[in-house]
Amino acid sequence: MSWLEVLRFSGHALGQHRRRSLLSLLGVTIGIVAVISLTALGEGARRYVTDQFSSLGSGLLIVIPGRNETTGALPGIGGVPNDLTLDDARALERQLPEVVTMVPITAGSGSVSHLERSRQVLIIGSTSDFRRVRELQITRGRFLPTGEVSRGAPVVVLGRKIARELFDEQNPVGQPVRVGDWRMRVIGVLATRGTQMGVDMDEAVIVPVATGLRMMNRNSLMRIILQLRPQVDMEKAKRRVLAIMSERHDEEDITCLTQEAVLSSLSAILRTLTLVVAGIAGVSLTVAGIGIMNVMLVSVSERTAEVGLLKALGASGREILAIFLIEAVLLSTAGGVLGLAIGWLLIDLLVALYPALPASPPLWAVLAVFGVSFGTGTVFGVLPAWRASRLDPVAALAAR
Amino acid sequence: MIRVEDIWRTYTMGDQELHALRDVSEEIADGEHIAIMGPSGSGKSTLLNILGCLDRPSRGSYQLDGREVATLEPDELSRIRLHRIGFIFQAFHLVPRLNALANVALPMVFDGIPPAERHERAARALDAVGLERWADHRPSELSGGQKQRVAIARATIMGPSVLLADEPTGNLDTHSGGQVLELLDELHQQGMTLIVVTHDPNVARRAGRVLVLHDGEVTRHVVGASVTDLATLFAQPEPGK
Ligand SMILES: Nc1ncnc2c1ncn2[C@@H]1O[C@H](COP(=O)(O)OP(=O)(O)O)[C@@H](O)[C@H]1O
Ligand SMILES: [Mg+2]
Repeated sequence: MSWLEVLRFSGHALGQHRRRSLLSLLGVTIGIVAVISLTALGEGARRYVTDQFSSLGSGLLIVIPGRNETTGALPGIGGVPNDLTLDDARALERQLPEVVTMVPITAGSGSVSHLERSRQVLIIGSTSDFRRVRELQITRGRFLPTGEVSRGAPVVVLGRKIARELFDEQNPVGQPVRVGDWRMRVIGVLATRGTQMGVDMDEAVIVPVATGLRMMNRNSLMRIILQLRPQVDMEKAKRRVLAIMSERHDEEDITCLTQEAVLSSLSAILRTLTLVVAGIAGVSLTVAGIGIMNVMLVSVSERTAEVGLLKALGASGREILAIFLIEAVLLSTAGGVLGLAIGWLLIDLLVALYPALPASPPLWAVLAVFGVSFGTGTVFGVLPAWRASRLDPVAALAAR
Repeated sequence: MIRVEDIWRTYTMGDQELHALRDVSEEIADGEHIAIMGPSGSGKSTLLNILGCLDRPSRGSYQLDGREVATLEPDELSRIRLHRIGFIFQAFHLVPRLNALANVALPMVFDGIPPAERHERAARALDAVGLERWADHRPSELSGGQKQRVAIARATIMGPSVLLADEPTGNLDTHSGGQVLELLDELHQQGMTLIVVTHDPNVARRAGRVLVLHDGEVTRHVVGASVTDLATLFAQPEPGK
C-alpha cells in the first residue's frame, strides 16, 4: 500500500467526521498562530531595535545623565544626577584626543506655527554634526550652521512633513516661524527620512543646541554623542569619559554606552524573549497534540470492527499503523497550515496598524511550523495507531 | 489443501481454561465444499477463523498448501489472507463510508494495484453479482442481500482459492439468502474451496461434506445431501466418531 493510497484512505476517513476533525485540528491551529505571531512580534521588536541602533554607525560613545542601572541604583534613586551640561560636553571634546566629533543633543516637545497654522512637534537641539551622525539629507536650504556651540542662533530646520503642513508647496527657507514662544527663521528642510531610533524625523524640527536648551528652559542635555577615531579602544575611551565626568561632577553620575554594547544586550534580551514565547507556544502545541491523540483514540475504538475487517482482508499491521498515523499527521498538519495562514494574517494586520514594526515571522518559525505540526501528529498519533495495529482481528471483528 | 492435526484453541479466563476447539483433525482437499454445523458456542467460528489465518491454534498443526502456518511471519499471514483467502461474514462488514465499488476494491488497495485497474476490476465484480447499478451507493442504501453480494464480490476480488463464510445467510430472508447461496455455489463450481458455517440444513445440504461440532469437538461427518434436520444432526453425537 503506497503512501499516496494511505493518504487517500486516511483523508477520506477524516472527511467522515468533519466537525470532529476540525475541532481537533483547531488546537494545533491555535498553537501555531501563537508560535507564528509571537515569534514574529519578538523578532520584529529585535529587528526594530537593532535597525535603529545600527543606523547610528559604529565607533560611537553615548553619554547620558544618570547612573548605569547595572551598578545597582536606578537613575533618580540615591540622589538626582547632576546636569549634563554643554560645558561638560565641551570638556569631553577638549580633553579626549580620540574624539573626532562631539554632538550634544537635547529634545522636548512644543508647538511650531506659521501664520495661523500650528503643529505640535518634537524639538531637537543639536549641532551641525548631528546631520552626519544621523545621516540626514537636506532638500532645501541648509542644515544648522557650524561654529560656536553655545551661540544659539534663532534658526530652525524643519522636518519634511512639518514643512509641508505649514507651508504647503511654498519654499519655507527664509520664512519666519514661531517655535514655542520664540521667533525663528527657517534655514532648511530635511529630506524624508522616516522613523529613526523611535523618532520620526519628518515630524521633528531641529534648532541649535543652545537655543533648544534656552527654549526648554533647562541646563541638562539629553545625551552627548562622541564619535571616536577609527580603531580606538572603546573600553579605554569609555573609562576616560567616566573619569573626566566623575572629576567634574564629584561623583559618577553618568552612563556611557557604546553602540555595540547596547545593540548586543538588547538583541540578546529580545532573542530570549522570542525563545520564551516560542516555549510557551510549544506547550500549547503539546496540549493540542494530546487533543489529537484523544480524538484518534476515540476514532480507533469506534473503528475497531473496521480494523478487524481490514486485517481479515489482508492489511498488514504496518498498513493499519500507517493509516491511523497518517490520519493524525493530516489533522495536525492541516491545523498547522491553517494556523500559519491565520498567524500571517494577524501579522499583516499588525504591520498595517503599526508600520514602524518590521514584524514578520522568522523563516525558522515558518519552517518549524511544518516540522512541529508534522511532529505533533506523529508523536501523538503513534499510540493510537499502534493500538489499532495491535488489535486482535477476531476480537476486533466481533466489536460493535 | 488444508490440513489440521490435533488442534486445540484454548482461552484462559482467570484460572479457568475454556477449550473452544479440542483435538480437531481434518483434511480438506482443494475444491471441496464443506459445511460446518453445530450448536451455538460449539467452536464453528473459532475453527473458521483459524482456517482463515485470523487466529492461531493454541496447540496442534495447521498446514495450508503444505506450509506450516505457525511458522509464518505476521506479514506473510497478511499476504495469505489477501491473496489466498476470502472471508464472508454474517454481519457483512462493509465499510460504511465507502460506496459499494470502493468496498469491493479495498483488498486491491493493499496489493498496490493502481486506481484505474481497481476501478475496472471492482466494477466487473459488481457486475458479476448483479449490482452494477449500485456501484456508487453506500452500504446504508443497500438491502441485506445486496450487502452480502457486495461482500462476496469483495471476498473474491483477489481470486482466492479458499472462501470462508460464517453464517452468510444468517441475517437474510429466504429469497436473498437463496441468491447468496447461488453465488457461492457458482464460485465453488469455478474451483474455489468453499467452507460455510451454518445453522440451516438447507444450506448444509448443498455441501459435499458436513462437519458437526459439539463443544469444540468434531463429533460427526455427514454427507451433505443426507442432512435432514437439526434435531437428528445435533442430538446424538457418536461416541467414537
Ligand atoms: N475471545 C474469547 N474469549 C473467551 N472465550 C471465547 C472467545 N471467543 C470465543 N470464545 C468461546 O469459545 C467457544 C466457541 O466460540 P465460537 O467459535 O464463536 O462458537 P460458534 O461460532 O460455534 O457459535 C464459545 O464457548 C465462546 O464463548
Ligand atoms: Mg459463530
